[in-house]
Amino acid sequence: MNTLSAEERNALRDSVQRLLGDKSTESEVRATMETERGYDDGLWQALAEMGVTGLIIDEKFGGSGAGPMELEAVMEEAGAALLCSPLLASGVLAAELLSALDSSKVNERLLPQIATGAKIATAVLTGDAGTWAEPDIGVKAQRESDEWRLTGRGNYVLHGQNADILLVAAKTQDDLMVFEVESQAHGIVIEALPTFDHTQRLASIDFEAVIARPIETSIPVWQAIQRAIDLALVALAGEQAGGAQKVLNFTVEYAKTRIQFGRQIGSFQAIKHMAADLLLETESAISAARHAAASIASRSDRQNEAVSLAAFTCADVFVKTAADGIQMHGGIAFTWEHPAHLYLKRARADAYLFGAPGHFRERYLQALTNNAAQG
Amino acid sequence: MSDQISDVTLRQEVQQWLSRNWTSEVAEALKNEGYNWGASEERKAWLRKVVAARWAVPRWPEVWHGRGMNDDQAKIIEREFALLGAPGAGQDRVNLWANTLLAAGTDALKEKLIGPLLRNEVNMCLLYSEPGAGSDLAGIRTRADRDGDNYVVNGQKVWTSGAAVADYGMLIARTDWDVPKHQGISFFFCPMKQEGIEVRPLRQITDESHFNEVFITDAIVPAENILSVPGGGWQVLNTALAYERSSMGEAARGPRSGVPIAPGEQPLIALAREANRLDEPALRQDIAQAIAYKRLNALNTARAKADLEQGTSSSIMSLGKLAMSRILHEEARVRTEILGAQSLLEGELYPRAEDANFLSLNAYFTSIGGGTDQIQRNIIGERVLGLPKEPEVDKNVPFRDVRTS
Repeated sequence: MNTLSAEERNALRDSVQRLLGDKSTESEVRATMETERGYDDGLWQALAEMGVTGLIIDEKFGGSGAGPMELEAVMEEAGAALLCSPLLASGVLAAELLSALDSSKVNERLLPQIATGAKIATAVLTGDAGTWAEPDIGVKAQRESDEWRLTGRGNYVLHGQNADILLVAAKTQDDLMVFEVESQAHGIVIEALPTFDHTQRLASIDFEAVIARPIETSIPVWQAIQRAIDLALVALAGEQAGGAQKVLNFTVEYAKTRIQFGRQIGSFQAIKHMAADLLLETESAISAARHAAASIASRSDRQNEAVSLAAFTCADVFVKTAADGIQMHGGIAFTWEHPAHLYLKRARADAYLFGAPGHFRERYLQALTNNAAQG
Repeated sequence: MSDQISDVTLRQEVQQWLSRNWTSEVAEALKNEGYNWGASEERKAWLRKVVAARWAVPRWPEVWHGRGMNDDQAKIIEREFALLGAPGAGQDRVNLWANTLLAAGTDALKEKLIGPLLRNEVNMCLLYSEPGAGSDLAGIRTRADRDGDNYVVNGQKVWTSGAAVADYGMLIARTDWDVPKHQGISFFFCPMKQEGIEVRPLRQITDESHFNEVFITDAIVPAENILSVPGGGWQVLNTALAYERSSMGEAARGPRSGVPIAPGEQPLIALAREANRLDEPALRQDIAQAIAYKRLNALNTARAKADLEQGTSSSIMSLGKLAMSRILHEEARVRTEILGAQSLLEGELYPRAEDANFLSLNAYFTSIGGGTDQIQRNIIGERVLGLPKEPEVDKNVPFRDVRTS
């Protein structure tokens, strides 16, 4: 993976910020979240033209060839603007899974379409338990003569209802493989899930003897899946950090203008101290997310530790900031018209995507213990 | 002076001077000096050389031992000293006493004390807080009354470290009771070795005594020892506090039992392993979070430093104190949790309990000392986030009419 210079990264961040400031305003987010598909095609095209849909895809497959640090920066802006899009599903999770599996034949065919945003891909990685751990893979693959058939159920599939291409992790007799299958294939039933966060799209997908193409690879498959999930976690951490910072900003601004007892409510220590504490939280989240991105970019041998730290820190911080933000606003933020609840819902949803905060605290401790053991 | 010398020449000049003077004998002597209040003779001898060679305060004017140099070149000097671990450079950034004196002292006092301060020949202490003026420092009631060429000082100060060995204390005292509280304060260098000054050690909750109470009864301060003008003390204090904060960086104290835990591992992990409790899921969550707080603070600090190097100021710096309080209290809590009933004990036979209990108590050193966390939250809220101040009922009232407890 390549990494741009800090200046190029800032320029990218600025253009994404301008685009989203224009096309992902609160009213657009509200309009989009009520649509069936849950994302705006015009905005998706604009992101594609900016190179964001193929941000982390190699240039030889038509992508931008950028790295985790650029992705994290873009996702901070996405979080701040509550961007509704299949970027995480298609441009990060699926794209990185394909890149990690490293099958040039498959990648030459699929990655260019994902990079341009012309096709939406997603990855089916967990079953009903929704832990994104290897034992919870809910699809089985069986070989019948020279055909592979998939049977079982994948759940919590990001933008499953919008995907053209499904990358399905499935257990074989004694192994694990990833299969490519078109979402229209015979035997697939995709059911859109009613999401608590209306800006998100999730589906469950049932497979009944579906014919699928195996992706041949020399890479250990769970390792490739883990690599894709880790990059998605870094993207998510950026989204959470950016979202938290945005909530703190508009909450502080409100505290400066809302008058009660003849004074701005931000002059009360009850409010001021919460804001100060949240500043420590949001700055910590940004540090954690950027550090995780940098540690993947530099192929640090402590990236497991860095990604775990970012995963639970940014999840907890976004939830706390969005929740406290509502409390600090008071009644106005209990109304549907106020945007605060949109952030709380996104925060709560983000916190349990790809694994719970408690799971990542445990993984962090294991990483620390292993690193110490290895010296 | 700085305009005529290139960076390369300067660097060579420093390196040559250090290679002649920072000999292995000198380095060894300074390494082995025990820590005590007051500098060792070896350290004073070394600092005499550094000051005479004008490496101590290059940013300052030539008349006060400096070179009138810009920040970039001054940093070259500091870096060369730092590479060898030689002390004494960069005092124009970090020497609280000398910087405060240079900024606001009378020429007579500067003449008398700046050199000795840079050479660590005089010992100093801070006479700021009082029993009735903690968070509200501008509420001090120690008084300084003009009497001919002197001021006569009466009152009580507290939280003074090094008071017993100090030659001078930086003192704030009230010289005008008829103006609002911030306007009637003056700032002095108060001679400590005189009859009117009585120092009593203060026993802390940790059973240690790092601080003193100072009782001041008719102590004499020469009028030339005032900094700035009468009533201008609050501004001087803020300058001094800024230097104090910029040079703090001193980490909080660790455990005191002296019985080490497994090296190369996070202390909480090693402790839990030692107690055979490393497999308890609830405890593992707490341990992970406590370590994470520490790691996040290190990442924040690194990011703030990088911001500063690129010339953008960072709001993160102001968060360090809050972060450190949380780290210390939480780590002490988890240590105690790991020990369970053993934390009921103390003393040499129970070093783990001794450490957990000590750290639990000493965490308040950080969350109260140097301004409470609550005052720090006000500062962050007001200066970083731009939230309005609370109405101050005592702001525009003559101090003698301000309510006290």
